[in-house]
Amino acid sequence: MEQHAIVRTTDVKKSFKLGKHTLEVLKGISLTITTGRYISIMGPSGSGKSTLFNMIGGLDKPTSGKVFIDEVDIAQLDAYELAWLRCRKIGYIFQTFNLIPVMTALENVTLPMTFGGTGSDEAVERGMELLRLVGLDDRYTHKPSELSGGQQQRVAVARALANSPSIVLADEPTGNLDLNTGEEIITLLKKMSVDRGVTIISATHDFKMLNVSDEVIWIRDGLIDKIEQRDELNISVGNIG
Amino acid sequence: MQRLVALPFSKSVEIAYKSIRVRFFRSLITTTSLVLAVAFLCYVQVTTDIANGLLHGTVPGSIDALVGAGYDVAPGSVSIGETAKQQWLVVLSLLVCVVGIVNAQLMAVTERFREIGTMKCLGALDRFILRLFMLEAIMQGFVGSLVGALVGLLAALLSQTLMIGPIIFSSLPIGTLLLTAVKGIGTGCLLSLIGVTYPAITAARMEPVEAMRAE
Ligand SMILES: Nc1ncnc2c1ncn2[C@@H]1O[C@H](COP(=O)(O)OP(=O)(O)O)[C@@H](O)[C@H]1O
Ligand SMILES: [Mg+2]
Repeated sequence: MEQHAIVRTTDVKKSFKLGKHTLEVLKGISLTITTGRYISIMGPSGSGKSTLFNMIGGLDKPTSGKVFIDEVDIAQLDAYELAWLRCRKIGYIFQTFNLIPVMTALENVTLPMTFGGTGSDEAVERGMELLRLVGLDDRYTHKPSELSGGQQQRVAVARALANSPSIVLADEPTGNLDLNTGEEIITLLKKMSVDRGVTIISATHDFKMLNVSDEVIWIRDGLIDKIEQRDELNISVGNIG
Repeated sequence: MQRLVALPFSKSVEIAYKSIRVRFFRSLITTTSLVLAVAFLCYVQVTTDIANGLLHGTVPGSIDALVGAGYDVAPGSVSIGETAKQQWLVVLSLLVCVVGIVNAQLMAVTERFREIGTMKCLGALDRFILRLFMLEAIMQGFVGSLVGALVGLLAALLSQTLMIGPIIFSSLPIGTLLLTAVKGIGTGCLLSLIGVTYPAITAARMEPVEAMRAE
């Protein structure tokens, strides 16, 4: 397979107006991410990971610079195309799980399918399949409040995969989980990336992520500090460990 | 490939219904002021309907009973209207009710910002969100005003029985009473819709990140 740039950003800057001051959070991020890889965006808290996550996911607009998904400039998309992109192309995973509290696990997983135009029966069938994949098919009638954090995040992983997206974006997916549960989620994400060829982009400051990453983009103060490939990583992981 | 996200109407109804059921007490708070306002509206109108039923009826002693209950029945009058004061009170109560609903809905919508933001991340269009809130409002409005109309109707029957006497049942204008109840329910649904419109539009227009950041 040829190396296809699924995500590309060119000199993305983002600043927030806080009263009279302007806080420049992203100071020019240019990166290219190729299909099917597991990418970690690493950086200390406050370095702008979530802000970059929002830009790549089409959830917020850069102050300047461009974001391309599949070589399409997402600033050019209208509301319908943007909704379609969020629905079909990208799956989102959040630190706080963000399941819809009034819906069961299965309903949470099938909601994006409904938006995507999948019929009820097919959605239920595929939803159960995804829940089985994350090991929660026996809990499909449970509401998020009846599930543990790790279980909620697994439902969120299933939901992110609902419409077989090409990209899964995860913002600190292990941030609210204990060590073991966090590791389970990381393993699960890695499995999805390997089995399904999904591009995983995960913002994190969890060093456990390094082991499974094909590439790590280190962010510091809104700039790319360095980009390391898997083979280079083993050396620096040794240093950290 | 068709690049359009969709939310079938039946699915919207299902989601809205579940959402109300799960948040039963929150819905109850939103609906209480509506129940009261519709009950009052129906009470005032049904009271008058009953009096008019007697006036137009042929049962002997009707007019005397009306006069005895304090109604101003001039010889040859064709209908008894609500007093200006009553009409004013009804309008006022409906106004208070709308303000109450807007207030309750603003709170209810604010509580759901994260949910709204999440739905938008999953591909929901602004109008899906709007439609869900509108449907919830109509369902709440319908149930609330149905209860309100029944309460108002029963209260009016009871109070007129006490004021005028059991004679009212001899010429009860059933058709008119039903029509009054239906109008009351319609008004209630409309008020509920008006009350949710502003909060729902505000919520639907939010960018996903804004909605998810708001706590
Ligand atoms: N909407 C916003 N308004 C103002 N400041 C913001 C906003 N979002 C993020 N920031 C600021 O931008 C910086 C980076 O935030 P964030 O991207 O969340 O960092 P990270 O996810 O790496 O911890 C922080 O200093 C934060 O306070
Ligand atoms: Mg963050």
